[in-house]
Amino acid sequence: MLDKLKKIWQVLNRPSVHYSLGFLTLGGFVAGVIFWGGFNTALEATNQEAFCISCHEMENNVYQELQTTIHFTNRSGVRATCPDCHVPHNWTDKIARKMQASKEVWGKVFGTINTREKFEGKRRELAEHEWERLKANDSLECRNCHNFTYMDFTRQSPRASQMHSTSLANGEKTCIDCHKGIAHHLPDMKGVEGF
Amino acid sequence: MKTFKLMSLIGLLALGSFVMTNAVATSIPEDKIDTLRLAPIDIEPTPPVMQNVRNTDIKEVRNYPMQPPVIPHKIDGYQLDLKVNKCMACHARSRTGESQAPMVSVTHYMDRDNNFLAELSPRRYFCTQCHVPQLDAKLLVENDFVDMDHLIKANTEQKKH
Ligand code: HEC
Ligand code: HEC
Ligand code: HEC
Ligand code: HEC
Ligand code: HEC
Ligand code: HEC
Repeated sequence: MLDKLKKIWQVLNRPSVHYSLGFLTLGGFVAGVIFWGGFNTALEATNQEAFCISCHEMENNVYQELQTTIHFTNRSGVRATCPDCHVPHNWTDKIARKMQASKEVWGKVFGTINTREKFEGKRRELAEHEWERLKANDSLECRNCHNFTYMDFTRQSPRASQMHSTSLANGEKTCIDCHKGIAHHLPDMKGVEGF
Repeated sequence: MKTFKLMSLIGLLALGSFVMTNAVATSIPEDKIDTLRLAPIDIEPTPPVMQNVRNTDIKEVRNYPMQPPVIPHKIDGYQLDLKVNKCMACHARSRTGESQAPMVSVTHYMDRDNNFLAELSPRRYFCTQCHVPQLDAKLLVENDFVDMDHLIKANTEQKKH
């Protein structure tokens, strides 16, 4: 046993040109861990709400509006932050969303929404992107917190349970079809289905 | 000249405030000011506990036929401005199939000359001008409203005798 280990060590210890193979593998592994970890941590850092509202475009408009809704303060004290609703938790989805986010940096640099008027002017377009995304993923972000399986209809208001036990239960509709504007003010809704 | 202007300004201000305090002091007696506050004007009372909006989804009886019915559900967060009319997302004629809400009555589609419009009449746009949800609160002042059915009944009883 010890012999075997010695032999393996000898192989690993044989100099490559400058470094041993062992050093290279181990070093590579460690570097990988550091790189991957750092990448992940950097992504986690950009997930913080503080990051989102570091841009006045986000802080002065949508963040102010969020504060008056049930997703900011409620009796149970459970809060939804921007990334809870806007960045998919799934790792691969996350990268995809981040790539899209570079568009926002572009927007920041060129000031596409840097005043309230410009923001209101563009809100319908931005909102439509979000509706599209939530429609396509069957309101994944909502469902991360609100699990249909655990909804107790008997505890909901009759209006809510009526809708949830029919159109929602049979998959005809998803959360965002009926619950637009739960977190921010809505744009002009002319022509939007359901309004 | 400058000091004169300043002096007269101060004088005017002093006179103004004297007249104002005097006017308040004489026109409204102290005990009338605090009726609904339940505390003297210079004391901040602890506000009463917040009441819950009744969200029963059961229609309330109207007190007379022309009464705008009270809203039997909560309306928190329902946007109602120039851009959006959330109420109409359920109460519009075309939406009642999905929402199963009662349609706004035909009067909401009439202008003041009684012409029927294709869309909601502008004078009925801001629903909460006339329709309000209810709290499960104690009445602040007694209500001595008498339903006309009671009046008619009382009247016929009187005639019988
Ligand atoms: C660099 C400043 C900046 C930061 C930081 C920022 N945003 Fe934005 N955001 C913008 C701008 C500018 C736009 C408008 C882009 C455009 O014009 O298309 C925007 C648009 C959006 C949109 C509309 C998306 C769309 O597809 O049209 C959403 C949702 C959004 N931001 C959410 C967030 C969230 C969540 C965060 C934090 C993770 C965040 N933003 C951080 C500046 C920023
Ligand atoms: C409870 C979920 C939720 C939270 C929390 C939330 N949003 Fe949104 N957001 C939405 C939805 C849904 C939309 C799509 C438009 C709509 O229905 O109002 C949206 C739309 C947007 C838009 C597009 C413009 C608009 O008003 O439609 C931006 C920008 C945005 N959100 C940024 C943010 C930022 C920044 C935060 C954190 C301060 C945040 N959101 C928190 C759900 C949420
Ligand atoms: C971070 C978790 C989280 C996410 C993500 C989230 N919610 Fe919520 N939501 C909550 C909490 C917590 C409450 C308040 C529960 C309470 O105290 O009654 C709530 C309440 C609600 C209500 C009830 C409003 C009322 O007036 O009673 C609706 C409707 C709702 N959410 C829809 C959504 C939709 C649609 C989305 C997706 C765009 C979403 N939520 C995303 C946590 C979340
Ligand atoms: C067919 C339309 C419809 C769909 C789809 C739908 N809802 Fe609702 N929901 C309603 C109505 C109507 C109410 C009651 C009125 C209101 O709160 O505005 C309601 C109320 C709620 C409430 C508050 C419960 C209460 O007792 O008041 C929550 C939380 C909620 N919905 C979450 C969701 C989530 C999460 C989804 C997706 C999984 C969803 N809803 C899908 C129509 C819908
Ligand atoms: C999600 C759909 C929905 C929305 C949005 C909604 N309602 Fe309703 N409303 C209903 C339903 C369904 C009823 C029938 C009783 C019940 O289930 O609460 C109703 C009942 C009413 C009634 C009582 C009618 C009667 O004959 O007694 C009034 C008044 C009313 N709503 C006004 C409003 C106003 C004003 C708003 C906007 C601030 C509004 N509703 C928003 C669904 C809705
Ligand atoms: C100027 C006051 C006024 C405004 C504004 C108004 N209503 Fe009404 N509403 C009434 C009156 C009065 C009635 C009862 C008599 C009638 O039907 O005209 C009524 C009846 C109703 C009914 C019951 C209809 C029925 O047949 O049972 C509903 C539902 C309703 N209104 C919803 C709304 C909604 C939604 C809005 C906003 C889009 C609105 N109302 C705006 C005065 C108003």
